[in-house]
Amino acid sequence: MAFAIKVNGKTHSVDVDDDTPLLWVLRDVLGMTGTKFGCGMALCGACTVHVNGEPTRSCITPIDSMGTSAITTIEAIGATSAGAKIQKAWLDREVVQCGYCQSGQIMSAAALLASNPRPTDSDIDNAMSGNICRCGTYVRIREAIKAAASS
Amino acid sequence: MTMDHHTSSAAPFRRPPSADGFSRRGFLKAGAAAGGGLMLSLSLPFGDDKTKAADAFVPNAFIRIDRDGQIFLTMPYVEMGQGTYTSISMLIAEELEVDLKQVQPEHARPNEKLYANPLLGVQATGNSNAIRGAWQPLREAGATARTMLVSAAAKRWNVDPSSCRAQSGEVLHMPTGRRLKYGELAADAAHMPVPAKVALKRPDDFKLIGTRAKRLDTPAKVNGTAVYGIDVRPPGVKFATLAQSPAFGGRVKRVDDTAARAVKGVRQIVQLDDAVAVVADHMGAAKKGLAVLKIEWDDGPHAKLNTDNIAQELATATLNAGAVAQNIGDAGKAMAAAVTKVEAIYQVPFLAHATMEPMNCTVHVRKDGCEIWVGSQALARAQAGAAKTLGLPLDKVVVHNHLIGGGFGRRLDVDGVIRAVEIARQVDGPVKVVWTREEDIQHDMYRPYWFDRISAALDENGKPTAWHNRFAGSSVIARWLPPGFKDGLDPDSTEGAIDLVYDFPNFHVEYVRVEPPGIQTAFWRSVGPSHNVFVTESFMDELAAAAKQDAVAYRQALLDKSPRAKAVLELAAEKAGWGQPLPERVGRGVSVQFVFATYLAVVTEVEVSTAGNVRVRRVVCAVECGTVVNPDTVQAQIQSAAVFGITAALHGEITLKDGRVEQTNFDSYQILRIDEAPAIEVYIVQSPEPPGGMGEAGTSAIVPAITNAIFAATGKRLRKLPVDPAALKKSA
Repeated sequence: MAFAIKVNGKTHSVDVDDDTPLLWVLRDVLGMTGTKFGCGMALCGACTVHVNGEPTRSCITPIDSMGTSAITTIEAIGATSAGAKIQKAWLDREVVQCGYCQSGQIMSAAALLASNPRPTDSDIDNAMSGNICRCGTYVRIREAIKAAASS
Repeated sequence: MTMDHHTSSAAPFRRPPSADGFSRRGFLKAGAAAGGGLMLSLSLPFGDDKTKAADAFVPNAFIRIDRDGQIFLTMPYVEMGQGTYTSISMLIAEELEVDLKQVQPEHARPNEKLYANPLLGVQATGNSNAIRGAWQPLREAGATARTMLVSAAAKRWNVDPSSCRAQSGEVLHMPTGRRLKYGELAADAAHMPVPAKVALKRPDDFKLIGTRAKRLDTPAKVNGTAVYGIDVRPPGVKFATLAQSPAFGGRVKRVDDTAARAVKGVRQIVQLDDAVAVVADHMGAAKKGLAVLKIEWDDGPHAKLNTDNIAQELATATLNAGAVAQNIGDAGKAMAAAVTKVEAIYQVPFLAHATMEPMNCTVHVRKDGCEIWVGSQALARAQAGAAKTLGLPLDKVVVHNHLIGGGFGRRLDVDGVIRAVEIARQVDGPVKVVWTREEDIQHDMYRPYWFDRISAALDENGKPTAWHNRFAGSSVIARWLPPGFKDGLDPDSTEGAIDLVYDFPNFHVEYVRVEPPGIQTAFWRSVGPSHNVFVTESFMDELAAAAKQDAVAYRQALLDKSPRAKAVLELAAEKAGWGQPLPERVGRGVSVQFVFATYLAVVTEVEVSTAGNVRVRRVVCAVECGTVVNPDTVQAQIQSAAVFGITAALHGEITLKDGRVEQTNFDSYQILRIDEAPAIEVYIVQSPEPPGGMGEAGTSAIVPAITNAIFAATGKRLRKLPVDPAALKKSA
């Protein structure tokens, strides 16, 4: 059936089954490929987007649960204050290697910073341990979040 | 510099030609670029470079300077996170005297008309060899272009070239201060003679090499605009996902696709001999269709295969002699005279790559050709595999390479490309084949299982007088590059097991090649050393313990002939506070190695809970990798490789039951997460030697440093990976 979803401030109409994960609507139907597929089971965090500001694993989020929620993806997170700070810290600290998981990492980190401007190591562990990085950039992710918090 | 540390095999894969032996003649050509610029074509060495043997000049890298001064570097190496784009560009920019930002790296594309020659040979990014191979030729290419630009300017001004200097992307006439930008000179430069000899900059004059230059590929990776293979969207593309025979070697018996076809958005079911794919309007529909597909499998010849069968076969194989990889003195005789004899058996498991970007490939098969979009570490191999599958000539297969969301060796194989081509030939229009994570883990090609039988003799002072190691396992090289496997040996399987940094009077190592049935093996970050360094550095620790000596001091005493190894070991121990007291059930462990032409010592600090759970608290690495092109990249790669190694040590294991892989997703095949990740300190020892490889060394070095630390903390010696917490539980 048809759904009208609000992504990055713009309303899109899509015609898919009601249990279709948001991830595939974003990537394959709308062509917004910044959000990544990693596991399909909310185990790795690569698909993280914000739904009304909350970090959400889009790979297990059915489209019919979206309603009028505001969905924000990596393509637009730079327009938020926390997102911009995180992106800049990521570049300043050279966090990125292969980069595939980093959309999800940045979305999780931006949500953390937006809700907690001074995260401790333990806050960072809690907010970020759902995001796997196979390149092992964790040391720098931690440093970058702290740098963004103090910027 | 002796990179040539493997003495017993002529196989070519491991070692790029040394800088000294590289002949400039025939590796570089200059001419006019399309659109009127300067084009340099050059042939960069790969591990096994068939083009090198040929008389014909076959370029695989191109430097193009356009009329607007933009410099394009088309290179055969692929960026998969290791920073190659940036480091390679730094070499060119340094000698060309331009800002790094002026260099735009591009992936090579076979068959693109601009580059008339298709890429030949074993074109691959792996084995930590990009910087090692490119160090000399790329700087020479940059210097050649610079010299030709200066000549063009001197000619235009009618002055002596020696009165001109290149700087910041322009040529300056020093006496008059006249300037011309490279873009204005590029067309003329193309007609200047190629200098027979160019002077390379002295290290003291480096402006870029050795600096923490910013990576070129990152801005697009933080805002969602970077395009990986999985992100391509050729017009009209459909989306497919697949199920391959759960048991290796099995076949599809029959398929009931009634329910799958009824799923909204499902367009087509493609049946192959050993796989079924669902093609749909989007991956959500394809996955939903796959879930309701009823497939009956014939499990085939390996239906009863278990990991234990394979381990037993390897154990048996090590009872008989293998191919001698290295022999010094007479280990047998010295063993007979041992005051103390130490013996052990070590085993390492199959491992999956689990790259974050699951396997995927997009293919459009047309009547007269085929177009492929993929991220590959071995582009020419992908092209050849597709051409063979379709019965097409090579030039009818166009491959577009993309950023790689994690390689680690997985994308040196092209099984995913061939699979996608098999599906796409039954589909009208382009189709993107994306594997689920479960397929990615269960149909990987795995780091081999290895089994080692190792022994040593100690004299009355505890000093080793003999070392004997015989190990069995799969040879990846024998499959991937058959000429590289010779006289029962290949340089990858033995790297880290032979030519140790230590001075042993009697030393004997044998390798027995045993291919496990059904399961295919592949390169995996640091491959041979990932196994061998675990065994040798764990066993060195056993010898130190048997001699009742300190693990660092014991090693130091055997390193007189390897001062570079001694230096990194000393530095790591000092920075880690080796010898300082630690709480109960916390221990330090050490390892030192020379692999991938890089010296690396690691000290870890590990805490073992009473329940037996292991936490790596701190990691200290000291590295000497010759000239450092980009210290930030060196640090990043060591941190990365160390985390990769911790994952392997603590979590990594692929097991088989009834012919199929038991692990499925990140719940059963766990990857280290940020809350388990330690602080990782990296100290670099400065050196004027040519650069060593950086992408993999950290993975092999850290594993024994962890198990040695566990021994220090608990007294338990772990000889089988991954770490088994049950074995470390504190007894009441």
